Amino acid sequence: MANDPKVRLRGMYKIFGPRDKEVLHHVKDGMGKEDLLEQYKHVLGLQDINVDMQAGEITVVMGLSGSGKSTLIRHLNRLIEPTAGEILVDGIDVMGLSEQELRNVRQTKMSMVFQKFALLPHRTVQQNAAMALKVRGADEATQNAEARKWLARVGLQGYEDRYPAQLSGGMQQRVGIARALTANTDIMLMDEAFSALDPLIRTDMQNLLLELQEELHKTIVFITHDLDEALKLADHLVILKDGAVVQQGEPQGILMNPCDPYIEDFVSDINRARVLRVKSVMAPLEGSEFAGDVDIGDNLESLIARSEGDTTLHYRVMDGDTAVGELHMRDLVKALVPRLSSTQTG
Amino acid sequence: MAFYDSVFKALGLSDWCGSESSSAPMSMADLLAQSSGEATKDEFFPFPSLDNLNESCSGIIQSRDVTKGIEEGFLAAKPMLKSILDPITQPLSWLLDGALWTFAVTPWFIMVPILLAISWFASRSVGVTVFVAFSIFLLGLVDHYDVAMQTLSIIFVCTGISVMLGVPIGIAMSKSDKLQRSVVPVLDLLQTLPTFVYLIPLIFLFSVTESKLYGIAIILYAIVPVVRLTDLGIRLVDQDVIEAANAFGMNSRQKLMGVELPLALPNIMAGINQTIMMSLAMVVIASLVSAPGLGVNVLRGIRNLELGVGIVAGIGIVLLAVILDRVSKAALQRVDMTRVKH
Repeated sequence: MANDPKVRLRGMYKIFGPRDKEVLHHVKDGMGKEDLLEQYKHVLGLQDINVDMQAGEITVVMGLSGSGKSTLIRHLNRLIEPTAGEILVDGIDVMGLSEQELRNVRQTKMSMVFQKFALLPHRTVQQNAAMALKVRGADEATQNAEARKWLARVGLQGYEDRYPAQLSGGMQQRVGIARALTANTDIMLMDEAFSALDPLIRTDMQNLLLELQEELHKTIVFITHDLDEALKLADHLVILKDGAVVQQGEPQGILMNPCDPYIEDFVSDINRARVLRVKSVMAPLEGSEFAGDVDIGDNLESLIARSEGDTTLHYRVMDGDTAVGELHMRDLVKALVPRLSSTQTG
Repeated sequence: MAFYDSVFKALGLSDWCGSESSSAPMSMADLLAQSSGEATKDEFFPFPSLDNLNESCSGIIQSRDVTKGIEEGFLAAKPMLKSILDPITQPLSWLLDGALWTFAVTPWFIMVPILLAISWFASRSVGVTVFVAFSIFLLGLVDHYDVAMQTLSIIFVCTGISVMLGVPIGIAMSKSDKLQRSVVPVLDLLQTLPTFVYLIPLIFLFSVTESKLYGIAIILYAIVPVVRLTDLGIRLVDQDVIEAANAFGMNSRQKLMGVELPLALPNIMAGINQTIMMSLAMVVIASLVSAPGLGVNVLRGIRNLELGVGIVAGIGIVLLAVILDRVSKAALQRVDMTRVKH
C-alpha cells in the first residue's frame, strides 16, 4: 500500500530514572544497558525504536522478558512517556496532545487488551464489555446492544450477567477482547493477551483473533514472548532485544534469513515445516513437468505429506489461477534445516 | 547552700541570678518538709532539674511555671479558638440533640421495626436480623431500652460524621503522598493519645453541658480507622485495572467513582466497622463529660460501687457492640464482589 503507516514510531528512546533526559546523550553515544545502570543508575528501556505499523495488519512485537516489549506498546497510548522520539498515529504526533485530547484518542482510536485481563470485578460481563462506550457517554441502549453483539461474536452469549470472577481465564480474556471490540477503534493494542492462558485455549484464541481480523481489518499491535504465536499471527514481525529492534520484517523472511545469532537461536527451535510457506522456498517458473499444483500459501508440512517424502518431485505454484513459480522438493528439504552462521563460516 | 551555686559562680552568672534568697513562693514539697520538721536532705549530686537550679539561681524558672505557662497560654488563646470553633461545631450539638430527641420520642414499637429493617437491608441475613431483635428484647427486658437507644443515637451521628469527613480525607491522602506524610502522624497521635487526654482541652473550650463536647471527642477518636483504610484501600486497587481504566480514556472522576471507590469498598467498609466500634468505646468514656446512655450506668457502678448496675450496663454495651459489628460485617461481605464465586 502506498498509504502512510497507521502508527509510526520514530527514534524513540525510553530511559527509566529521575534524570532520563540528561543521560540520554550517553545512550545516543552508544553506551549499553549495563554501563548505564552501573554508572548513572538509570535503566535503559528502549533505544532508537523505528517501527511502521500498517493499517489493517497485525504487527507482532516479540522479545524475551525484559526486552522492553510491554514498555513499547504502552508508548502508543502514552501510558508511559518516552524520553525522546516521535509517536505518530494517523499522522498526528501523540506527544503533542493535551490531556483532554489524549483521553479522546484513547477513547476513540485505540483499545487495549491486557495480559491479566484487568476487568472490573464489580461489574457484570456486559457492563465490562460496554466500558469504553460508557466512558464516552453513549446512551444505555447503545451500550447494551453493542456489548451484547460483541460478546456473542466472541462466543460469550448467555454469560452477560455473570461477574468476571465466575468465568475461567479463557472466558475472561474473551470479555477483554469483546471490551476492546466494543470500543470500535481502528487500533487494538494487545499486551501478551494470550500469555496467561493454557496452550489449547491459547490456540483457540489465536484462531478467534485471526477470524475476527479477516472480517474487521483492524490495525493490531500484538506483544508476545512466544515465537510460534508470533509467526502464526504476524503480518509484520518486530524482534526486540535489550530494548532495541534486532530485526523486523515479514515473518517468513526473518525465518529464512535471520540477520543475527540471537535470532538464529530463536528460530532454531520451531517447527519450520509448519511455519514456512511455499512462497518462501519457491523458485521462478522455468520447467514444464510438474507432479501437481500447490497454492502459494500452503505450508511445507502439507507438501511433505502430499509428496509422501519423495524429494525428486517438482510442483507448480499457483496464486489463485495464475502460475507464479515452481517448487523443488529438494529446496524444500534444505529449507527445513535452520541456517547457522557457525556452519557457514566454518 | 545549694549544689549548683559553684557552677553559676564559675560561669560568672551570679549577678544575673540575683540575690540568693529566692523570691518565688515556696513549693508544696518545701512546705510539707518544713511543717514536718524534716530538712530537705541534700543529695550528693542532684539532677540539674529546673527546681534544683532555681535553688541556686532565682533567675531560672521553676517546673510549676511551665505547667502554669501552658495553662495561661491556652486560656489566652481560648476566646479566639472558641469564637472560631463554636459556630463550626454548633451543628454537631444540634444533630446530637436532635438524634437523642428522635430516639426518645419515637415509641419502641416503631423504633424496633425500623432498626430491624436497617439491619436486614444492610446484612440481608436472617440470622443477623433475628440476633438483633433478640438483643434489643433482652435490653428492653431489663429496662435498658432507653439508655441503649441514647448510646445508639450518639453512635449513629458520630459514625455518620466520621465517614462523611474521613472518606474524603482518605481519598485525598491516597492521591497525594505529601498529604499522606503529613496526615499520618496526626492519625497516629489521635490513636495513641489516651482517651482522657482529649477531654482536658475540650472541657476548657466548651461548656460541659453542650453535647458537641463529647461529640467532638468521639469523632476525633473514631475517625482514624476510616481515614486510614480509605487511603489504604484506594492505594491497594489493582494497578492493572487502573491501567485499563487509563487506556480506555477515563478521566479522574470516572476512575474514582467507577473503579477506585468500588474496588476499595471492602476496605472502606472494614474501616467503617472499626469506626463504629471505636465510637462505642469512646461513648462510654464520654459519659464522664455528660454523654447520656449506657456509659452513665457504668459510671454509676464505679462511683457508687453498685456492682449490679455497672455489670448490667456493661453487658448491654457488649450486646450493642456485637449487634453493630455483625451488621456492618455482614454488609461488608455483601459488597465484596471480588470474592464472588460460582
